[in-house]
Amino acid sequence: MRQISALMRKEFLLEWRQRYALNGMLLYIVGAVFVCYLSFNARRNLLTPIVWNTLFWIILLFSAINAIAKSFVQERAGRMLYYYTLASPQQIIIAKILYNTVLMLVLAGLGFGVYAFVLGNPVNDIPLYIAALVLGAIGFAGSLTLIAGIASKAENSATLMAILSFPVVLPLLLMLLRVSKNALDGLDRSVSLDEVSILLAIDAIVLALSWMLFPFLWRS
Amino acid sequence: MRIAWWKIVSVVILTYVIFWGLIGGVPRQPILNESIRNVYFHVPLWFGMIILLLTSMIFSVRYLRNGRPDDDLVAVEFANTAILFGILGCATGSTWASFTWGDPWPNDPKLNGVAVGMLLYFAYLILRGSFDDEQRRARISAVYNIFAFAVFIPLIFILPRLTDSLHPGNGGNPAFGQYDMDSQMRLVFYPAVIGFTLLGVWITEVRVRLRRIRAVLEA
Repeated sequence: MRQISALMRKEFLLEWRQRYALNGMLLYIVGAVFVCYLSFNARRNLLTPIVWNTLFWIILLFSAINAIAKSFVQERAGRMLYYYTLASPQQIIIAKILYNTVLMLVLAGLGFGVYAFVLGNPVNDIPLYIAALVLGAIGFAGSLTLIAGIASKAENSATLMAILSFPVVLPLLLMLLRVSKNALDGLDRSVSLDEVSILLAIDAIVLALSWMLFPFLWRS
Repeated sequence: MRIAWWKIVSVVILTYVIFWGLIGGVPRQPILNESIRNVYFHVPLWFGMIILLLTSMIFSVRYLRNGRPDDDLVAVEFANTAILFGILGCATGSTWASFTWGDPWPNDPKLNGVAVGMLLYFAYLILRGSFDDEQRRARISAVYNIFAFAVFIPLIFILPRLTDSLHPGNGGNPAFGQYDMDSQMRLVFYPAVIGFTLLGVWITEVRVRLRRIRAVLEA
């Protein structure tokens, strides 16, 4: 536990020292939202709720892939080797996933704020929408961190990151779209119970797999 | 030459399936009509594909546990054969769909799930191609293979059942076992599943042997 928190602190410190990367990600999502806003000709009432919702999650997906892709690339191989002498691989992956979850929560919160600000906010059930954002952040962080670890070992890691992660996050994304659509329409919460439990199950599967598989990954 | 009994079984079963599947009696169903015979080919191909992918994943687990390069060879060849079955399954399915549903690629969750599943496994092959070091390639692609299978299962078994699907057994439709398959059809269908799976294992075995020989020649 202490090692995990130390590793987390290291991640935050590293991020803070390279603030341009963090600011870059924040600007990325704000820029993407603004491009969408202008592309729809700045007419917010043209967007139907379905388009509004889908567009937001696609922006978030791309920001997540970009943000998490660098979680293994930004550290040099020698430094990784040093960590592995200090902590077990499970602790490292848990710390990375936790850190990425926090990062995703920040990105999702900011993205949602800006998006709702410029494109209007038709959401009826805000708490449920935020719950979907949180579940999405955990799921994205869990599945994409392992994929980032896999991709960082290969040569053309940027392309590989994209093609490996699109199909992997798709079940998650579809469920998220459904839950957030329910929240958007303000349907009764019992309607979304099924989807939320499946989201939790997918998150659990992804986290358990990362926990089990990462020890095999880092050795190479 | 070593003759394995299961290869003979596979040939016998598939001959039986092709002949009896085409001339045997089938129930008359509206819309489906004679195309119901495709059940003997389309569905067993998918069953076979899932069995082959499961086997591929098991070999990946074995590779991670004991690190024998041979297990990795077997895993990748099972995945290759499964992809071939998947493509054939798509082809038979879309022929069937264009006659019964009036569209070769209707917007159906099961079809889309399978398409994404194929993307998963194409990505697996691309991932394999992007490593030079063999041990590294074997280990990392084994990790990805296990991960991919764990994502593939909800994609084709859980998600389609939550929404409306044209396929039987999804979206509240009863599964085919319940209404449109009589005992006569089952006599062909179940052997067809076994036969196509054995054929897949056979194709895989030949390719694995080829790879082993190549590995010896290169070493």
